[in-house]
Amino acid sequence: MERVMMKGNEALAEGAIRAGCRYFFGYPITPQNEIPEYMARRLPEVGGVFLQAESEVSAINMVYGAGGAGGRVLTSSSSPGISLKQEGISYIAGAQVPCVIVNVARGGPGLGGLNPSQSDYFQATKGGGHGDYRLLVYAPGNAQEMVDLIGLAFDKAEEYRNPVMILSDAIMGQMMEPVALPAMRTETTEKPWATTGKQGRSKPNIINSLGLVGEDLERINIELQAKYARLAAAEVRYETDGTGEADLIVVAYGTSSRVVRSAINRLRQEGKKVGLFRPITLWPFPKEALASLAAEGKRFLVVEMSAGQLVEDVILAVNDRAKVSFFGKLNGTVPTVREVYDRILSSLPEGGEG
Amino acid sequence: MTHEMVCAGFGGQGVMLIGQLLAYGGMLEGKEVTWFPSYGPEMRGGTANCSVVISDQPVGSPIVAEPDGLIAMNGPSLMRFKGVVKPGGVIVYNASLIEELPEQPAGVRLFAVATNELAQEIGNDKVGNMVALGAFLGLSKVVGLASVEAALEKVLPERRHHLIPLNISALRRGWALTEG
Amino acid sequence: MKKVFAYPRALTKKRTHYCPGCTHGIIHRLVAEAIDDLGIQERTIGIAPVGCAVLAYEYFDVDFQEAAHGRAPAVATGIKRVHPESIVFSYQGDGDLASIGMAEIIHAATRGEKITVIFVNNTVYGMTGGQMAPTTLPGQKTTTSPYGRDTATVGYPIRVCELLSTLDGPSYLARVSVHDPAHIKKAGQAIRQAFAMQVAGKGFSLVEVLSSCPTNWGMTPTQALTQVKEKLIPYYPLGVFRMTEEVAGDDA
Repeated sequence: MERVMMKGNEALAEGAIRAGCRYFFGYPITPQNEIPEYMARRLPEVGGVFLQAESEVSAINMVYGAGGAGGRVLTSSSSPGISLKQEGISYIAGAQVPCVIVNVARGGPGLGGLNPSQSDYFQATKGGGHGDYRLLVYAPGNAQEMVDLIGLAFDKAEEYRNPVMILSDAIMGQMMEPVALPAMRTETTEKPWATTGKQGRSKPNIINSLGLVGEDLERINIELQAKYARLAAAEVRYETDGTGEADLIVVAYGTSSRVVRSAINRLRQEGKKVGLFRPITLWPFPKEALASLAAEGKRFLVVEMSAGQLVEDVILAVNDRAKVSFFGKLNGTVPTVREVYDRILSSLPEGGEG
Repeated sequence: MTHEMVCAGFGGQGVMLIGQLLAYGGMLEGKEVTWFPSYGPEMRGGTANCSVVISDQPVGSPIVAEPDGLIAMNGPSLMRFKGVVKPGGVIVYNASLIEELPEQPAGVRLFAVATNELAQEIGNDKVGNMVALGAFLGLSKVVGLASVEAALEKVLPERRHHLIPLNISALRRGWALTEG
Repeated sequence: MKKVFAYPRALTKKRTHYCPGCTHGIIHRLVAEAIDDLGIQERTIGIAPVGCAVLAYEYFDVDFQEAAHGRAPAVATGIKRVHPESIVFSYQGDGDLASIGMAEIIHAATRGEKITVIFVNNTVYGMTGGQMAPTTLPGQKTTTSPYGRDTATVGYPIRVCELLSTLDGPSYLARVSVHDPAHIKKAGQAIRQAFAMQVAGKGFSLVEVLSSCPTNWGMTPTQALTQVKEKLIPYYPLGVFRMTEEVAGDDA
């Protein structure tokens, strides 16, 4: 298939269009602006709708309306904007409306900076807004995955009637890489639950997250948890590289996994047994896979651009069966290959040379 | 093999473009490539730079800290990056703006190109970046000249396609400096 | 024999939860009659607010989405953009529309979003127990203005129709009241007109309905209707604030 060079943000946007996304609502914020700009240009060409909302709060509520009405709908933002969207995301999760939300994350807290960061991991994977809910969260590791995972995200959002988040960052969004684009999809999913106007149905469709009566709300939550359990059983994705023979396994996703890969390549040339475990779904988290590696006696090093968020899930997954160390970078800085190389070297068990 | 490069200069000198051409040329040769721009406040004036990685295997970090090759279009860029170029690496620098010959880093080949004057000779003083890229290709052989020429059509927007012959002349002029 | 009075098709038979003497029931009926009259029940989608009308989807026999507080115009926008041929309306109170949802209503209006908004102004937060609203009258006592609304410290009520009439986007803006049968009749005509504008593909339409809240005003229903007539209408004058062009809106 022919490959073209695209920025991650643009690859994601074109991938969304080709996956049948026809509605985009968003608000400008750096470093994700390529996505709305691309959609503003491209959606009218395919008969879609691009609308710049008055705020992120409005944008996510337009997404809620459009998704509830049966549209394939996308919004994107960056960390402070994603915080603003949390109200709407909670409603969307509660009302079980499919949609895709992209976070091209930057450093925080507060206004933070424009540099890439992975400090929104907790927000993405643990709910983010109020109430007991989960998003399916994909973390692309290259531009091709931007295309592939955004397509998958729309399918899974509709299959589970659940919001799906793509957790990217400024580097993943700005970097250009070759991508092979899929053909334009034309098939649509049946959505008998959507608000379309009654049109011959005897009962109206209601999109709603209200459960004023206690037992109603309990029933709604039991249903939601059952759905999350199905999702967790079926949708875990991860990539491993050399974990079988490794003495030390480095766990990293997105941009930090790229730096780790470079460091590991160097170390392997020097005969060290180091593997990479890259979660692709951050929720559901690949805890069983990590648990079985822990049972084999592996050690782990978690590398992330935060004060330590992913590492908590790794510790929970290995559950005291393995030693887990941590290397994090703050302030929106990216670890250098040399820093990660040195850190892996000092984390290797004694006699770990091959 | 993995080649890591940095293209740096003032905003407006076209360093992002030559970085993209390198990466696109590599892709057309079937390699794995990444291009990554410095961005943010740096973009508004001051120096701009991009990292390019061309490899036979999937690329790890797209951010190049220790390049094998450097194209420096102005003095501040040369000063910033010349110390981190790996031994055995190549630096092409813009002699039109950098008069004083910098100290040669150990084991690194330093190659001066009077990009402004050569570009004016070709007939358009905007193609100095292409002359520098041509020279870099001639020295490093990281990507074939033909691949970069083919990449022009992909990288330049269609409204600039009438400038492709001019850019090709500039690339070849730079390449020719490294022959013989 | 000609039938002169019937239960509106666009209402369900469910008994409402509204307090005795509340005018929401009347306004629901007027909306349902407009939907019936225009023959649009099959393609109408409503947006319920957060407020007393939070359960509106139980009373209208049309598709509905429940919005977060103040966000109904944004939700309506999303729906209308997916189904441009549908008739989309939001039903919002004064706290919802004129306080927390002010950005959403202004921007939906200025975009000329082809939706209809039924704005019920009873000058108080009803659902949460009678707190001060953006439309609470000067001097009016509420649970959070127990000494009466002091304009020196909390400012003045917002006149939504006048505010929105500065924008080019709306096609129809009107303020009506439901405190007596003659006004109810006029309110019904305005609501029908607002929907007819949307049916005709015109821009944003909004009807502000002055309404009573006997429970939180601490009055009998009759006293509350008198309060609307004597206190609300002088502050919020009735009338049509925007009418780009009158449309009959006969769809059937």
